[in-house]
Amino acid sequence: MTTLTRIYRFSASHRLHSAELSTDQNAALYGKCNNPYGHGHDYVLEVTAAGDLDANTGLLLPVAQLDSLVEEHVLRVFASRNINRDVPQFATLVPTTENIAIVITRLLEAHWSAYLHTWRAHLRRVHIQETDRNGFEIALPRPQPTESVTTHA
Amino acid sequence: MFVTRKAEFSASHVCRIAGASDAANRRLYGAGANPNGHGHNYLLEVTVEGEPDPVTGMVIDLKDLKDVIDEEIVAPMDHRFLNFEVEPFDRVIPTAENVATEIWRRLEHRLGAASVRLAKVRLFETPDLYVDVTREDLPA
Repeated sequence: MTTLTRIYRFSASHRLHSAELSTDQNAALYGKCNNPYGHGHDYVLEVTAAGDLDANTGLLLPVAQLDSLVEEHVLRVFASRNINRDVPQFATLVPTTENIAIVITRLLEAHWSAYLHTWRAHLRRVHIQETDRNGFEIALPRPQPTESVTTHA
Repeated sequence: MFVTRKAEFSASHVCRIAGASDAANRRLYGAGANPNGHGHNYLLEVTVEGEPDPVTGMVIDLKDLKDVIDEEIVAPMDHRFLNFEVEPFDRVIPTAENVATEIWRRLEHRLGAASVRLAKVRLFETPDLYVDVTREDLPA
């Protein structure tokens, strides 16, 4: 199997605080991450596509198309933002990196075909490093082959 | 058990379909379609799978793996223009996907008789873009 992984970076702030928990419970659970003013990270996002190479172009997908998808639907949403306040999905959802990975995966899935529907590649994996030490990853199953694809060039 | 050896090589390439328009090539390959080519510092990670030998304690002698990588990949590709100097890139477009696939093919050919199996080839074209070729029966 062949996969292609593109690495993106964005900086954002967040605060981990659950409305379901008391002040003391939040402080005990999230520690420094519960600081009322929030704090930030330089997140590193890896997006992996898998599938069959297009024989004519030698590409799994055109990287520029993947970049456009990620820039317009992920980086524009998260980069240099306060995730709790600026990203609507986190109005009530706690912006742990687990939840950020889930939201980013849903955004990529929702907009994937608009950018890449003529290619055989599918979204395979989303990996986020919150810091050098903390990594989070979602692996996606290989979809059933259904849609017709275009031969390129 | 998996064992990984890294290697680097620097090479130039151009990604263009001869019969396609300049605009179409730009859409597919971006700046990589520049007709005169451009270059990368490729970083290669080769992963093999096997069990440690009970006497030597080694899955593979890494010197041997290094020699294979040097002979098959680094010596023919380092400081070369892939399209003009390295088979099969006179007729196969040297995208990162195709270069990684060719590296897999060359290494698998050489490691076929060894006590280890080639498990993964990871090729970084840039620090922000890599391609994995993995054995089909392994999880990606």
